[in-house]
Amino acid sequence: MAFSFLEGNEAIALGAIKAGCTFFAGYPITPATTIFNTMMRLLPTHGGICLQGEDEIASIGFCLGASMTGHKAMTATSGPGISLCSEQISFAIGSEIPLVIVDVQRLGPSTGSATLGADGDIQFLQWGNSGGLPVIVLSPTNVEDCYTMTVEAFNLSEKYRCPVFIASNKEIAVTRESINIDDTKLPEVLIRTRYSSKNTFLPFKTSGDKMVPDFLPISDKNCTVRQTSSTHGVDGYITTSPKTINSFQERLKKKLCNSIDTFSLHEIYLEENTDTLIICYGITAKSAKTLYQRRKDAGNPISLLILKTLWPVPKTLIQKAAARVQRIIVPEMNLGLYVREIQRILKNKTIIFKGRMDGSLISPAQIEKEL
Amino acid sequence: MKMPSLLNTKRPPIFCPGCSHERVATSLDKAFILLGLTGEKIALVSDIGCSGLFDTFFNTHAIHGLHGRALTYATGIKLGNPSINVIATMGDGGLGIGGAHFLAACRRNLNLTLLVLNNFNFGMTGGQFSSTTPPNAQVSSGFLNQLEQPIDTCSVAKAAGAPYVVRCSSYNKKLSEKIAEAISYNGMSIMDIHGICPGRYTKRNKLTLKMIDENLSNLPPANGEIPENIRAEYSQKYKSVSENIGPQILSPPVSIEFKPPQTGRQEVMILGSAGQRIVTAGEILCLAGLTAGLSANQKNDYPITVLRGHSVSDLVLSTEEIGYTGIDDPDIIIAIAEEGIKRRNNVFETLTPRTLIIADVELEIPESEATIYRIDFKTNGIKSQDKAVASLGIMAEMEAIIRHEMLEKAIEIRFKPNLYRNTMAILEKVRGIIP
Repeated sequence: MAFSFLEGNEAIALGAIKAGCTFFAGYPITPATTIFNTMMRLLPTHGGICLQGEDEIASIGFCLGASMTGHKAMTATSGPGISLCSEQISFAIGSEIPLVIVDVQRLGPSTGSATLGADGDIQFLQWGNSGGLPVIVLSPTNVEDCYTMTVEAFNLSEKYRCPVFIASNKEIAVTRESINIDDTKLPEVLIRTRYSSKNTFLPFKTSGDKMVPDFLPISDKNCTVRQTSSTHGVDGYITTSPKTINSFQERLKKKLCNSIDTFSLHEIYLEENTDTLIICYGITAKSAKTLYQRRKDAGNPISLLILKTLWPVPKTLIQKAAARVQRIIVPEMNLGLYVREIQRILKNKTIIFKGRMDGSLISPAQIEKEL
Repeated sequence: MKMPSLLNTKRPPIFCPGCSHERVATSLDKAFILLGLTGEKIALVSDIGCSGLFDTFFNTHAIHGLHGRALTYATGIKLGNPSINVIATMGDGGLGIGGAHFLAACRRNLNLTLLVLNNFNFGMTGGQFSSTTPPNAQVSSGFLNQLEQPIDTCSVAKAAGAPYVVRCSSYNKKLSEKIAEAISYNGMSIMDIHGICPGRYTKRNKLTLKMIDENLSNLPPANGEIPENIRAEYSQKYKSVSENIGPQILSPPVSIEFKPPQTGRQEVMILGSAGQRIVTAGEILCLAGLTAGLSANQKNDYPITVLRGHSVSDLVLSTEEIGYTGIDDPDIIIAIAEEGIKRRNNVFETLTPRTLIIADVELEIPESEATIYRIDFKTNGIKSQDKAVASLGIMAEMEAIIRHEMLEKAIEIRFKPNLYRNTMAILEKVRGIIP
């Protein structure tokens, strides 16, 4: 057995390479910069392209262009950069452009505190697009998750042709951990389905039960491909037909929301003799896990659900996990963001929120106080 | 064989009557024919405004995106597949909002062609002033254009490093040839094409073909290559440079060779200042832990300045899986600079005798119940930048968390031979220091 000593950001870069990422563009921003640094070391020597854009808007724009030529692309930034990317994120959603976007969250609002952690972007990532369509947000809890879930993120972006966010946190991103990377199991790598029929290619056509259109790259040698940020029909041309628009919007929603049960990544520890369940995500999961183990060892157990897919909200999973308890504790490094979803889903339970937004971690003892 | 037109017969160009954009669209098609290009070899990139309709008029690859961002997609497409001809169209509006991308694209010199369809106003939204509107024009932005200086696209492009810059009228008889030449140029080529917006601009402002020509003749010439900006094309240069970089690897995994002196979770805090190699010492401690199969965790805290201010490293080593990464009750504190002590001033209050502080004899340590081991670095000939690593040596002497063989292995892993020897010499100075 051998262990590497890596920070979360390095693990994301390594995961991206394993997932087949061949294009990265980013703009320096603390605490995301070391993803760029690592990609810069790894990608060009693997035959890929790594760029430093003139800003975050350019960086994600490069990725959109490269993704449309068939590359697996990734960008990484922090909250202030996500704010700038918003317009391009909406483009990726509406025009079904596969892309992985890492948000290494730092304490906001605005430029906030570059070197302090928080989970303050958790609703922003979902709702920071114009049009309000669903996105996929994954939340790693440690360095190993950063490695494996980056592969998951690429797989989901390829499978559903959509942007996938990795909601990291300064506390995971630039904290180094020992990890047995060679023995870490990675999911099988997926690639977007290529259009193979001889019929005329319609870039947004889906048939039967399929919710995701097949892909051809801009640069295909046999067939021209259209892409547009405008509301479009199956042919990729702007449309004003309410019927066409409606079926397009519905499809974009359903392709993710109808499948959420198949990608509700999580860890769950259910105990018999307790009426309390902690629901958490991100770095706070470490504290919750420490507390869970401590209570279990003391013969005074609690149950624990660690969500690793945050959006779309894994409703079935949450309901199932909470079925046998009455009290739910939701600790978050913000003033109460994801707890809104828990309250919405578990209407008849007692929901106790433990928030903290001062750049410090929530300790196991602080969660225990709420028990 | 004459190439067929790439104009989309199902979606013919539709602009306001008299709009010069239509002339540019047909000239672009003629340029494609002149170059013998088929639709599969072309990617048209457009953004918002009337120039943003261009992508729909041609049977080519096409991407239509956000205002002023055409060059960002164009860059990704060209680097994603350098074999394709990428042509971006933008208006004077897109030029303004996408100014940073314009400058960066000129500096980068990727083989792209940008056509700026310059009609001196925002046509689609009702004739507001743009980055190229003359101050004396009547626009729907009130008097605001009187207060600003319009930019000359070509002079800016030149100054930013574009190697091929052309300024001409939409009504130039050789427009298609000029576009074809720009597309053929191996590098960033920019055309500032002046035209008429009859729907908005010329409703209130007189602008004739003759006036356009007069205006053009009053501007510095821009007819093609800019000798001082000629250089290697970006994607080709990227390829040749990256091919010559040796393989880059992150640090290799550490094998387990030793047994740790203790079990359970141990927390260490190194409180120092910038320049004392605190982060490196923290990393070495963790690597030493790894050689004995310990899980390790390192968090650092330092200001944005280099060589000034505090430097603190929080370390957790454990024979179990490490959960919570915070340090509330450290087992060992290494205190070697006032800045670091100040930064974590609040930790001392609650310490009990189970905490060991390894402290520089010259430093004042806040009052606490912790056990203190004082070391006189100066007398032992240990310089400021070596105090942290020397303190690790003291931990190994005490067999606290690490042993000597673990530490030596970590130093061997972390440093090249020269630095390894120097670091081992520092450790030698604290060998046997504890009676």
